[in-house]
Amino acid sequence: MMTVTVKLFAQYRDGRFKDEKIEYAKGTTAQMVVDALELEGVSPLGVLMVNGRHVDPSYHLKEGDEIALFPKIGGG
Amino acid sequence: MADLIYRVNMTNLSFKIEEVPTEWMGLGGRALTSTIVAKEVDPECHPLGPNNKLVFAPGLLSGTSASNSGRNSCGAKSPLTGGIKESNVGGTSAQIMSKLGVKALIIEGMPKKNAFYQLHVTKNNVEFIEVPELVGKDNYAVLDAMAAKYDKKVAVMTIGRVGEMRMNLANISVKDPGGKLRSHGRGGLGAVMGSKKIKCITVDAADYKEVTIADPEKFKEASKIFTKALQENPISGQGLPAFGTNVLVNILNEAGGLPTHNFREGNWEFAENICGETMAETIKARGGKTTHGCHAGCVIQCSQVYNDKDGNYLTSGFEYETIWALGSNFGIKDLDMIAKIDGLMDDLGVDSIEASVTLGLAVDAGIVAYGDGEKAYELLSKDLPQGTPIGRIIGSGTHVLGKIYGLTHVPTVKGQGIPAYEPRAVKGQGITYATSTMGADHTSGYAVATNILNSGGYVDPLKKEGQVELARNLQIATAAVDSTGMCIFVAFPALDDPKCLPALVDMINARFGCSLTIDDVVNLGKTILKTEHEFNIKAGLGKADDRLPEFMKYETLPPHNAIWDFSGEEIDEFWNF
Repeated sequence: MMTVTVKLFAQYRDGRFKDEKIEYAKGTTAQMVVDALELEGVSPLGVLMVNGRHVDPSYHLKEGDEIALFPKIGGG
Repeated sequence: MADLIYRVNMTNLSFKIEEVPTEWMGLGGRALTSTIVAKEVDPECHPLGPNNKLVFAPGLLSGTSASNSGRNSCGAKSPLTGGIKESNVGGTSAQIMSKLGVKALIIEGMPKKNAFYQLHVTKNNVEFIEVPELVGKDNYAVLDAMAAKYDKKVAVMTIGRVGEMRMNLANISVKDPGGKLRSHGRGGLGAVMGSKKIKCITVDAADYKEVTIADPEKFKEASKIFTKALQENPISGQGLPAFGTNVLVNILNEAGGLPTHNFREGNWEFAENICGETMAETIKARGGKTTHGCHAGCVIQCSQVYNDKDGNYLTSGFEYETIWALGSNFGIKDLDMIAKIDGLMDDLGVDSIEASVTLGLAVDAGIVAYGDGEKAYELLSKDLPQGTPIGRIIGSGTHVLGKIYGLTHVPTVKGQGIPAYEPRAVKGQGITYATSTMGADHTSGYAVATNILNSGGYVDPLKKEGQVELARNLQIATAAVDSTGMCIFVAFPALDDPKCLPALVDMINARFGCSLTIDDVVNLGKTILKTEHEFNIKAGLGKADDRLPEFMKYETLPPHNAIWDFSGEEIDEFWNF
């Protein structure tokens, strides 16, 4: 197992959390985290960052990673 | 009846109506203001002198039922940048001017008499009214006076004391449908209006007509598709109405691109205090409005009404850029204090970006401590409108303050304060800031969309590859959108929904009975940029002005230790089109 910090933003926080340390099995991908939290039922995934960098949903998480999940958002 | 040009001469207080020249027929908004400024204003003139002109022009679709088409453009030579300037705004002025048949209002000259005037624009006339009772008043007092004088449908464009004193921070404020204010914010256009001794402009809707649509059925059909695209897009349909533009605090913070401590770090430990999610919760708890349109016909509703703890109005149109600048960049952790200052800036009529970036630099100058909101409020509420020496220094903006205090860590391009997105960590936006004809301006080509938000594809924000082309394409598209009267947020569905842009072009064709293609619209964007660039070159701005501040080349930006690593030659590639 490994511990990962999951951060949620905008609509993804509704009925969930802002940030939590969660244990996952080794080999867990970012997409598996999105699926487990059923985020895309709320709004399509917009941006996925790990440790402040954009990554692909197939990214394999590592111990101590911080994953940030945003629905499609914009502004300016 | 065809739309007409209304021309006002303040030197002799005269007015005339002109037919629209053939070459201006297909232009509106920014395309028209920039074309008129480039043709009629001497690029070498003093921006606050008699030879500058102030031009207002609603967009091509303003006044129609097209969603989000209520933007008005204002153009002039900028006292802040020394180059051409266009700033567009929501509110009520674009729709009323369009319905009155005013394609452009051109104001030239300067009165010899030391008196301020109200210009009252009606069907086929402009009245010059001396308003000594309004001199020394700020924006809400002007709105109150005009509400007492006219029907509520009168559009009001006004300046506060800061505009009367012709300071670089001065904006032109416009009454919105809720009776509050929106702003032609950047570039000191309020100072130009003040130099012409115009306290306010009112546009009377009493005799207006509905705008003519050449093909009403086609217009209706295209309009439906366009509106649907706006409503179904997750950004314009869900995120913006729920959280406003301030939803950006957390994502920029996460990406290390949230300028902090006057552009010294890329993230801030207190971002959660001021973010869009916190703001939306606070608004709901206090009985404000999380969704609010800046003009009639807006279906995105990204604006809001923000109340204090007792449920009393503090501010509206509470935007990410202002919250960022007073928040992480200047250090205020309390969203209520930021809202209080934002409301004050509306009343004073100052550009909330330039004023707040200037406060960030004022920390370096030792004028105010980082995060001292009370002192910032005092400087803005007392020194600035009273024109004390320190008030005038702050009122001159970031670049001048840096010069006066001998500072080198000054975040400006072409004299205009850099807004809200760290160029070293969002490099496409850095190219836009460097090359924009407007000085550092996030709205002239929003590369954040593709660098950070995954809209219109993805270009790695920390790498150089693809950034010049991205910034170029976005600036061309933005110049065209700014000419339609559309809110720039239609760009989000336009980038991701193939039905959106064709529907926009179809509406223009149906409105005017023409047959433009998307390529024509792109070419219009290119022509506008080249016209503006040529004006700037004649005004004395050269390649050396298309650069970011030098400190960004040798100060690395945490957390990614990013640096600005573009050569001058690489930046200059922008203009190769």
